[in-house]
Amino acid sequence: MRAFLHGFGMHLPERVVTNREMAARVERSAEWIEGASGIQERRWAAAETSVADLAVAAGRDCLERSGVEASSLGLIMVASGSAPPGFPGPAAEVAARLGLESTPAIDIPMASAGGLFGMAMAAQMAANCGDVLVIGAEKMSAVIETGPLDPNTAMLFGDGAGAALVSAQPGRWEILNAVLHSDGQYREALKFDWSTPLRMDGLSVILQASRKLPFAINEVLARQKVAAGDVTVFLLHQANQNLLVRVAKTLGVPAERVFSNVARYGNTSSASMLIAAAEWADTNPAAGPVVFSAFGAGFHWGALLARSS
Amino acid sequence: MSDATRRDRLVRVLKTVTTQPLPTDDEESLFESGLLDSFALPDLVSALEQEFSIKVPDRDLNPRKFDSIARIDKYLEDRAS
Repeated sequence: MRAFLHGFGMHLPERVVTNREMAARVERSAEWIEGASGIQERRWAAAETSVADLAVAAGRDCLERSGVEASSLGLIMVASGSAPPGFPGPAAEVAARLGLESTPAIDIPMASAGGLFGMAMAAQMAANCGDVLVIGAEKMSAVIETGPLDPNTAMLFGDGAGAALVSAQPGRWEILNAVLHSDGQYREALKFDWSTPLRMDGLSVILQASRKLPFAINEVLARQKVAAGDVTVFLLHQANQNLLVRVAKTLGVPAERVFSNVARYGNTSSASMLIAAAEWADTNPAAGPVVFSAFGAGFHWGALLARSS
Repeated sequence: MSDATRRDRLVRVLKTVTTQPLPTDDEESLFESGLLDSFALPDLVSALEQEFSIKVPDRDLNPRKFDSIARIDKYLEDRAS
């Protein structure tokens, strides 16, 4: 069963929150924030904007760029770690607002790695379900505003949504392989449940991510006998510029090979890798292997390898 | 390997991942003293693996194991035994 990526989409709120604005609220300097994270600014959605609003906008953008009508979709997946608690999740609303009345819509309540897990699952399901719209949508500003702002985490996050269209019909990139992993023994290291502020053990998260991301990438590359040096671009979860540089160093590839927009959008959790993909695809990229990879709360992590068709 | 040799090699490794002077007390936290941050820690673990020809498994990637010279030394001692 073959699966293909037909296109990507994205949506970012208009409001730009600069480091200067953030610095005034978290008692850190703008320069410190940029040095610690590589982030210069992020986008925050308006109070009345929901995760579903962001998801619908990114989904529509993806469908338009892919030349696909919503009515032809066989499945929708919406990943989010910041959707309000309770049920139903945002997937049902997204499907309804795309005009779909019976197409299955699945929520993936997974921060950061949710977009990657959705793409990998969609690749397995597309042959049976038809075209799959995978969306990662996050309103992380609502998460960090739960309680007093934590200087070490509040400055990292932004709002936004990204999307990918996965299909069994031949498309622009063929998905060749994917690896997914989870290790729940670290579930307390990065945690949010709406009743208490976001908890992040930065030392543990960075230490694990800096090891697991390159390992997963090398694992999927080895399966297809592709060398890291032959990969055209690495599209990673945009957590922190210092982490992206470290992953490139471990893989032995130039840092420029790892696409980065974290300076402009911050960490948009499950949306970030898909937003990066949408921006990268806009640049008329060179042919060749493309690696997607993400790591997040759980811990969940993995990598997916695709190649220009 | 003697305890002194192991500690000397550990100190040499630490000096490759930080420019700050090392604490005089082996029990002092390397994180709280600002000597190691979240991005220097992965460098330290990699450097230890190289220096001592060991592989630190993911289950041992707990920052507390690497919080002080004494704790790192104990970890290396356990790995050697």
